[in-house]
Amino acid sequence: MRVYGTEIASRLLLGTAQYPSPAVLAEAVKSSGTEIITVSLRRETADGSGTAFWQELQKTGCRILPNTAGCHSVQEAVTTARMARELFGTPWIKLEVIGHSDTLQPDVFGLVEAARVLSGEGFQVFPYTTDDLVVGEKLLEAGCEVLMPWGAPIGSGQGLRNPDALRAMRAHFPGVPMIVDAGIGRPSDAAQAMELGMDAVLLNTAVAKAGDPAGMARAMALAVEAGRAGFAADPMERRDMAVPSTPVLGMAEFA
Amino acid sequence: MITIAGAGLAGLACAYELAQRGAAVTVYEQGGAPGAGSVARFAGGMLAPWCERESAEEEVITLGSRAVGWWAKITPVHRRGTLVVAPARDRAELTRFARRTSGHRGVDGAEIGALEPALAGRFAQGLFFEQEAHLDPRRALRDLTEKVQKLGAEIRFSTPAPARVTLDCTGMAASLPGLRPVRGEMAILHCPEVEIRRTLRLLHPRMPLYLVPRGDGHFMIGGTMIESSSDRAVTLRSLSELLSAAFALHPGFAEASVVETGAGLRPAFPDNLPRLVEQDGTLFLNGLYRHGFLLAPAMAQQAADHLLPETSDEDHRERQTA
Repeated sequence: MRVYGTEIASRLLLGTAQYPSPAVLAEAVKSSGTEIITVSLRRETADGSGTAFWQELQKTGCRILPNTAGCHSVQEAVTTARMARELFGTPWIKLEVIGHSDTLQPDVFGLVEAARVLSGEGFQVFPYTTDDLVVGEKLLEAGCEVLMPWGAPIGSGQGLRNPDALRAMRAHFPGVPMIVDAGIGRPSDAAQAMELGMDAVLLNTAVAKAGDPAGMARAMALAVEAGRAGFAADPMERRDMAVPSTPVLGMAEFA
Repeated sequence: MITIAGAGLAGLACAYELAQRGAAVTVYEQGGAPGAGSVARFAGGMLAPWCERESAEEEVITLGSRAVGWWAKITPVHRRGTLVVAPARDRAELTRFARRTSGHRGVDGAEIGALEPALAGRFAQGLFFEQEAHLDPRRALRDLTEKVQKLGAEIRFSTPAPARVTLDCTGMAASLPGLRPVRGEMAILHCPEVEIRRTLRLLHPRMPLYLVPRGDGHFMIGGTMIESSSDRAVTLRSLSELLSAAFALHPGFAEASVVETGAGLRPAFPDNLPRLVEQDGTLFLNGLYRHGFLLAPAMAQQAADHLLPETSDEDHRERQTA
C-alpha cells in the first residue's frame, strides 16, 4: 500500500489508547507487526506534557500518525494538527472532527473544511469520515489522497454496519487508498473489510480492551492478511442454489 | 543509619518497616508536613486488588492482598467491600469487568438496595467484592507518621535530603529510566443527604468513576488517567465528567458542595508496577502508580528485606513486633 508516497507493508494500523500499560501496548504493537500507530493529542497534553508517554511510543520504531481525536470544531482540529506537526515532526495527520458527542459521528462539513485548510498548509491528511460517497469526493477535492471511512461508531466494536456502502465506496474510488477506521470488534470484522478490497484497517479498542491485547493484535494481523489474500484471490460469487462439488460421472446407476 | 529521601507514602511505609526491624532511620522531607508534597494525599485510599486486576497485572493481587492487615495496625480500615455498578445501557461493561476479575459475586437490585439503601431501585445488577476495603489517605499518612516517630525514627521536615541517601522515595522527583507521570484528578464532595458506606465503582465506557466515602458526609471521587506531566489544576472537562458520573450514580449528588479539587502526578514504570531499583549505591522505591496504599506495604517489606537481609525471615519479624 502506498500512501502519500510512502510504501507501507503492513495493512494493520493500531491506535495506542486505553491499554492497561505502556508495556502491554508495546507487546501488542510488536505482535501486530504494524508499522503505523496513531497517537491522540488531547488538548491538555498538547503543551508537551505527554512527552514521557510519547517517548515510549517512539521506542516501538513505528511511524507515528498523530490524530485530532476529540476535536469538535474546525478551529480546534486545525490548532491541534499544527501542534502535532510541531511535536512529532510529521506532516501526517489523522483528521477527526466530531459532530455528535454520543455516537462520535464525524461532522463531515467541518471535516472537509478542516481538510482544505490543512492540505493548504502542506499537511498530508488522513480523514476519518463516514461511508458517504459525496463526502469522499469533497475530501479528495480538498487535497486528501486517502480516505478512512468508518465501519461503525468509534469504540463500539459493532463491525461493518453497512458493508454495501463500503463496497460502493470501494468501487467508486478504485485508485484511492482506503482504510476502514473505527468499529472493528473482532478479527472476522477486519477480514471482512479486507475482503471488500479495503487497503488497510485501523483499530484500537478491539485490541486494547481484549483480555490478551498481544494475542488479539496477532489475531487481527492474521485476519487482515487472510482477508487481503482472499480479496486478491478473487472469491467466488454467492449462489442461491446448491451446486454439487462432487462429480456425478461414474456414480452407480440403479435401473 | 538508614537515610530516606521523601516522607510521602513510600518513604513513610519504608521507614515504618525498617524502624520496626530495629534500624535507626532518618527521613528527609522538603515539605513542612507528612505527605505535604505527596501525590498520595489525592489518592482514593482503596484497598481493592481484585477490582484493580481488571486492568493491572496479577501482582496487584499477590502483593496487595495483605495490605488490609498491614494498614489495620496503623489506621482505621473500613472493610465493607466494593460495589461495582453500571448504567442499564452499559450492562456489557459489567459482564466484561466480571470476566476479567475474581473475588466477586453478582448482586441483583434487591441486594444492591440491601447493601446501599441509597442505591435501591437505581441499578438492577452489580458485582460485590466483599474482601475489599478502604481507608482515608490523609488520616493514614498522619497515623503512619506518628507510628514511625514512636518507633524512634526521625523525620526532618522542611529539610532537603543529603546528596546521597540509602533509600530514595521521591516519586516523580527521582530521575529513573522509564519512569513517567500519569496524571490523576479528583474532587471531594460534601453531601450529607446521600448515605453511602462503601467504595462504589461506576463502569462507563467514557466516564468511569470511583467514589470513596470519607465519613461525615464527605466523598472522594476520581477516575481520570491521563498520560501527562502537567500538574495544573483539574480541567473543566475532567471535572465535569467526574461530577456528571457522580450525578449518574445518585441524583442526590446534585446538591453536593464541591469542597476540594486536586490533581497529581502518579509515578509509573512501563508495566505500571512498582519496582525497587539500585542505582549509584542508592536503592529507589518508585512507580507505585495508582496503587500506592495497596502496594506500599509489600514494597516497603521488600525494601527492608533488601536493606536488612538478616531480618527478612518471617519468624524473626514476628518476634521483633511482639
